[in-house]
Parts: sequence; C-alpha cells; structure tokens
Amino acid sequence: MKKLKDVLLAREANSEIVIGNSALVRAMIEAGTRVVSAYPGSPTPEIAEAIRSIPREERPFYFEFSTNEKVATELAFGAAINGHLATVFFKSVGLNVAADSFVQLGHMELIGGMVIIIGDDPGANSSQNEQDNRHYAKLSYIPMLEPASPQEAYQMYKEAANISQQENMPVILRLTTHVCHAKEKVKFASWQRQEFDSKPLFDSSEENYVPITKEVFPLKRRALKKLEKTKDFAKSKNLNTFIDNDNYTRGIITSGLPYLSLQDVIQQLDITPPNILKLGMINPLAEERIIKFLQNHEEVKILEELDDILETKIKRLAFENDISCQISGKERLEDWIGEYTPDKVIEVLGRTWPDMKPAALEERQQPLSPRPAQMCPGCGHRSAFYAIKKALAERDITVADIGCHTLGFLPPYEMGEALLSMGHSTSTGAGLSLFNEEREVVAFIGDSTLFHAGLPGIVNAVFNNHDLTLIVMENGTTAMTGHQQHPASGANFNQKTEAIPLRQVLEGLGVENIYETDTYAQKKLQQLVEEAREEKGFSVVIARHPCMLKFTREQRRQGNYKDKKVKVDQEQCQHIYNCISDFACPTFQRDEKGDISVQTDLCIGDGSCLQTCPAKAIEFVEQGGDKND
Amino acid sequence: MTEKVKKGMKNSQLNELNRDIFLAGVGGQGIGMLSEVLIRAADYAGYPVLGVDTHGLAQRGGMVVSHLRLGSKAFSPLIRKQQADMVIALERNEAFRAMIDYLKKGGQLIYYDTSWQTLATRLGQEKDITGEKIEAKAKELEVKQEAVYKENLADARMQNMVLLGHIAKKERIPEIAVEDYRQAIKDLMTGSMLENNLELFNSLLENES
Repeated sequence: MKKLKDVLLAREANSEIVIGNSALVRAMIEAGTRVVSAYPGSPTPEIAEAIRSIPREERPFYFEFSTNEKVATELAFGAAINGHLATVFFKSVGLNVAADSFVQLGHMELIGGMVIIIGDDPGANSSQNEQDNRHYAKLSYIPMLEPASPQEAYQMYKEAANISQQENMPVILRLTTHVCHAKEKVKFASWQRQEFDSKPLFDSSEENYVPITKEVFPLKRRALKKLEKTKDFAKSKNLNTFIDNDNYTRGIITSGLPYLSLQDVIQQLDITPPNILKLGMINPLAEERIIKFLQNHEEVKILEELDDILETKIKRLAFENDISCQISGKERLEDWIGEYTPDKVIEVLGRTWPDMKPAALEERQQPLSPRPAQMCPGCGHRSAFYAIKKALAERDITVADIGCHTLGFLPPYEMGEALLSMGHSTSTGAGLSLFNEEREVVAFIGDSTLFHAGLPGIVNAVFNNHDLTLIVMENGTTAMTGHQQHPASGANFNQKTEAIPLRQVLEGLGVENIYETDTYAQKKLQQLVEEAREEKGFSVVIARHPCMLKFTREQRRQGNYKDKKVKVDQEQCQHIYNCISDFACPTFQRDEKGDISVQTDLCIGDGSCLQTCPAKAIEFVEQGGDKND
Repeated sequence: MTEKVKKGMKNSQLNELNRDIFLAGVGGQGIGMLSEVLIRAADYAGYPVLGVDTHGLAQRGGMVVSHLRLGSKAFSPLIRKQQADMVIALERNEAFRAMIDYLKKGGQLIYYDTSWQTLATRLGQEKDITGEKIEAKAKELEVKQEAVYKENLADARMQNMVLLGHIAKKERIPEIAVEDYRQAIKDLMTGSMLENNLELFNSLLENES
C-alpha cells in the first residue's frame, strides 16, 4: 500500500494523486511551517486527516484541533509573534467565529509569518450559507491568494508563506469546496528536514502589539502600506496568468474554480475563445495588469462566483482610468447564487455572449425526489428524537444547533425548527421563551459544539434565568466532520487527556436541573424530557449515546465487531409502520405489497428499534444457535 | 520577471481520448474507494486524470457522487449534466437518478443490483426503483445499461469490487488494463482487506463469462 505519510515526507521530488487538502500539508512541510491549528469544518478536515497520517514523532510541526476557530487563530498568532511560521485552517463560516481576533492580525508584526487557510463553500454543500470570504480580505487589509486546483493550492501555500515571512504579515489562502476535494497528480518539490530554532523571539520592546486608542493609527498605517506593497507580488511571483487565445475583441477576467469551468466550456465551442486573465491574487489586485487587459479588449466579462468583489474594483479602475472597454459582471440575481460549475458558467456567459452557449441539453424529467442526508443506522440521535417527540406538545418550539443532530429537522422527526450558527441554540431559545407562556421552548446542542461556542449561551441562560430546556446530544465526538476529538472526548489530536466532565461543567456554571440518560433508553428519556419541560427556569437533559459509526469502525479495527442484525417476523408484523414512519431507521425497507424487511447491508444490529415496534415483530437474528438480545 | 502566459489550446490539438465517468451511490457503500481505484488505474494506464468526490452532510445514508475525468480536455473536476460517457452506480435508485441527470445519449450505465430505499419510498410516497424501470428509462434515453450482482458476498462492503471486476473483465473502460486495476488496488489496501479484495477481483476475472 502507498502510504500518504511517505508522500508527504519524501525527500526527493515526486508526484502523486492527492486531493487539494493533502497537497497543502506537503506545502506546509516544505515551507517550514512550525505550528498548525484548526477547528474541523467541511471542506477542510481532510487537511488534518493528512496530518494524522504522519505519526506525531515524525511530524515536522505541532498540530492541534483547538476548541473553536477563534482560539485556533489566536494560537497560531501567538506562535507567529514568537518567530514560528504558523497556519490556521477552518471552514468558511469559521472565519465569523475567528473574526474578532482575525481582523487585528494585519495590524501586527508577525515575525514568524502566518497563513490562514479558508475553505469557502459556494453551493453550500455542507454549510448554512455560501458567504464569500473575499470580503474579509478587504475588511482586514490582508492579502489573499486563490488557487484553482490541488497543484496550485500546493504552490500558492508556499508563495503565501514566503510573502508572509518576508513582510511579517498574515496571508490568506482561499480555497473552495471542489478545490479542497479535487484530486489530481500533484508535482511536489524536494524537501530536507530542517532544524528549527526554538528560541522565543517575542519582543514587545521592538514592536507594539497593543493597539489601544492612538496606538491604532501607526499600526493601521503600516498594515495599509504593507498591503500596497504586496500588489507587486502578483507580478513578481507570477500569481496571475494570461491565456492568450489571440482574441482582442473579448476578454474574461476570472479566478479559482470558475476559471477551470470556463476552460471546460471553451473546449466545447467552435468559436475563437476570449482571452483570459486568471487572477491568483485576489487582494490586492494587480491594477496595472488589469488596466492593460481592459485597454486591450473591446469587451470584458468578469466571471466570478458569489459576490461582485472583482467587478466592483475593476469597474472603479476603468472609471478612474477613463477606459472605454465595455465591462459586464453580475447581470441578475441568480448570478450571485451557487457554485460556478461548467453548467453554471454556460448559463452566465451565454447571457452576455449568446454564441458562447453550447447546444442546449435535452429536456429530461427527474422523477425521484432528492435523497436527503440522514442519521446512520443505530444513531443515538434517532432514538433521542423518537423519544423526545413523544415528550413534547405539538406547539412546542424546538431549536436546532449545528451537527449531525441538525438532520432531525427532516421528516419524520421535524425537530429543530430554527438554526443560525454554531452554539446559537440556547440563546435563540431563550429569546423565544420571552413573552411566551403558551409554547415551551426546547433547544438542542451537540457536545463538540457546546464547547466550541455553546458555553456563553448556557452561562447566559443561568445568569439571566431563562425558561427553557436544553438537550445536549452527547455522542462523544465531532461526528459530522469525521470524528475529531473534543474536550470531553478523553483525547486530543495528539494524546489521551482527562475528559472535561460535561455534567460537572454544567453544575459548576450553576445549572440546577440536570437530567441524563442513554438515548437507547427511550422511555426514560421521554420521561426525563417531560419532567424537564415542566420545570420553570433553565434545565438541561444530557441525552447520551456514542456515535455508532465511530463505535463500529473501532470495533472492526480491533477485530471484535459482531455482525449482528435484526429481522422482521412477518407473522408478527401488523403493518403499523412505526419503524419506518416514526422511528425511520433507513434499514427498514417497504416492498410493493407493503411488507417490511431489513436491508442487511445497512443494519448494524444495535437493536434500538426493537422497543419501537408495538407488535414486537422486530427481533435479533439468531446466530450460531444463541439468541442474541 | 515575465508574466505567466499560456497559449490557449485549440480543439484540433485535443482529439485524443476523453472519458467522463460519473459514480453515484449512498454514503457507506464504498464509492470513495471505487473512485480512488479507478483514478489510480487510469493514471497507471497513462491518462491525465481529474476527479472529485462530493459528500454533503452525512456520513451514512445521504447521496454520494464522484466525478472522474480522463484525458487532457478536462479542466474542471466536475462533469457537466448529460455529458458523462459512463455512470457507475452502487444501487438502483441512484443509478436511475444519475442516468437521467448525467449520462449522455449513447452512454453506458453499470449498476450494482441492490436497493437502499429512499425516505420517500420507505414512507410509501414513491415506488422503489426496479431493474425493469431502469431498463425502460435507459431505452427512452438511448443509453446502454447493465446490472451486476454477486450471490453470497462475504461482506457488503465489497460490492464495489464486484462492479470493478465486471468493468475490468468486460473491458468497459478499454484504455485501462487489468493490471492497472490490480496495481491501483495494491496502492490503496493492505493486509486482509487487500487479500480479500484482490482474491474477489481475480476470481471475477476468471469466472464471469
């Protein structure tokens, strides 16, 4: 087997098929990165999976999953002002969490250098919005590079690190979902393990790191000057590319994945394609180059995903320089929405230049409704929602948080009716409880999210004595992003730890009514939620069951996995359909006659379904003569 | 320093093989491994390859697709709608869905003959997709279709290998040789997993007519 670790640590130049996220780790190693921190969030967690492939003692840098993105950013900042090249990575909306500290970074003299890797998610594949984080580059006066492919991600990380170290300033590397996850053969340079100096270089007598009142202005002035200087790097470091199709009538300015989509579309056309200016540096823009491009073409289309960041700046350049070129950008609302896949680029370009529209696709009807994501067979959240739904009144208001349990909003559970962001549920629930005597409020939160951003809301509920019930859906891991450890897991990325005890944390914060049970004890959970719901003030129910996907994987790895299954006794079955309509484990299948059977490829034999069948028709499959129960 | 300038490519320079393969299944069916074997096999066969897996939210039970693009004409890792030369599906519902959305006229659908019913089917709102339905739709769309199935498979997680064995045996991707697949499998697995999968792959090549 080829091991990822061997590719990442190879001394000689080599090439390998990897995803963008893995390519970044090789770049970190080659660049001499010393400290890396993160909070898991799609599309970036595979960066940590690649790091995990290298045993800790061979890893050339320190890595941790911090409790949230802000903490991770501060950790990297601290390392950078002590002389270490640092990197922090997280998903698009993670930057909102980090923002309070992040916006200060440009003001600081980062003597070790710092690269911020952001995984934006156009198309909202796994996010609650598709925010365009290019806005943050402008807001914070920080340069931003944008690769289009894994090969570019690898190269641009090294350029970003280089600029950062040279100017002692932070640099953002912005990737999008299908750049992070794209696979291709990436060419890696050679690498020698370097000796690091561990001398702490932080020196507050040399540099001011405390921006208070009038001290802000020199720091801001320096940030703006540095940013101005980085304009030249687009040229000197070859970050932008001109694709010469010998067409000086039409030009396109684009960047990132939309550039690749555009190239795809061009291959399918018989007309002379437009010349293309592909920008690798998004902030600041290479103004002179763009002006030249505008002057050299009669019409220029700005092809950019999500918001009109390039368009606004480029139109301003045209105005200030009195350029007559006809510039078009976003033309209608839909241009602001969704990923710029090749299909989308055809739509967007075709409206500006109808001759760039390939033959229309045939009309095909898709009769199948989408297959939504769902909780896994055996998931403790399923038992929880099944039981909790029975405990609540029809008009109760349920508030979801971020995590696997968010899927409870889908039918048939329909639990968790409002969602903002990580950790919002307790405070949103508290707001819903005001001037509300009629409808009880129940909020949900996962255990990783609770430590990430849930604590302030809980403290507030105690502090201001809000009347709601919080149900902590504790599965012992950060499940949705791939089972990363969290403070109550009993291990961090690097080693075993004392798990921070959830119940004692809540007690310590002054929560008086705390109930807890395993979620497979469905009747008990129902009863506890009924009690908690009746309590005045703030109460918490800890609804616990380990993530069964993680649990069974570990069992398989350790060789003690028992291949248990359940079956439906057709004679007992009374076609009540509780198993599919209310409990809704995907294992239960309905045939054309309406009979229920078990899809054995899916069933893990956890048996949490047995108690849900009023006819007692679900039973364990007997194995080797012994009846398992 | 001079600016990076690339000469645009003309269509005439790109008349070599280009093949877009769209894989579809449900989380937990091993689609990631199948796509990884294919991309590496194509690389061993000497083709430029690009790909991307998309897996939305859930670990298990949601729709999972993978795009695989062979040849130098591919830039984006994503395949356009109705442009795939081949759809490989691990299950009937996703086979049906992907065939309609992604397969081009004259293309080839290969699917594993099982069903992981959708929520709508389980709730009785939609009928399950049968082999007959796939056949009828394939005829309407003018695409080829074939089902693959193996009785008494030791582990359901090896259904992807049954598909791979079929594709190799029938040379459904003519550019990729059996040895390329084998080498890719060896790159990706180790221990008993490698043994079991390789044994199954080899037996499929021998036995299937």
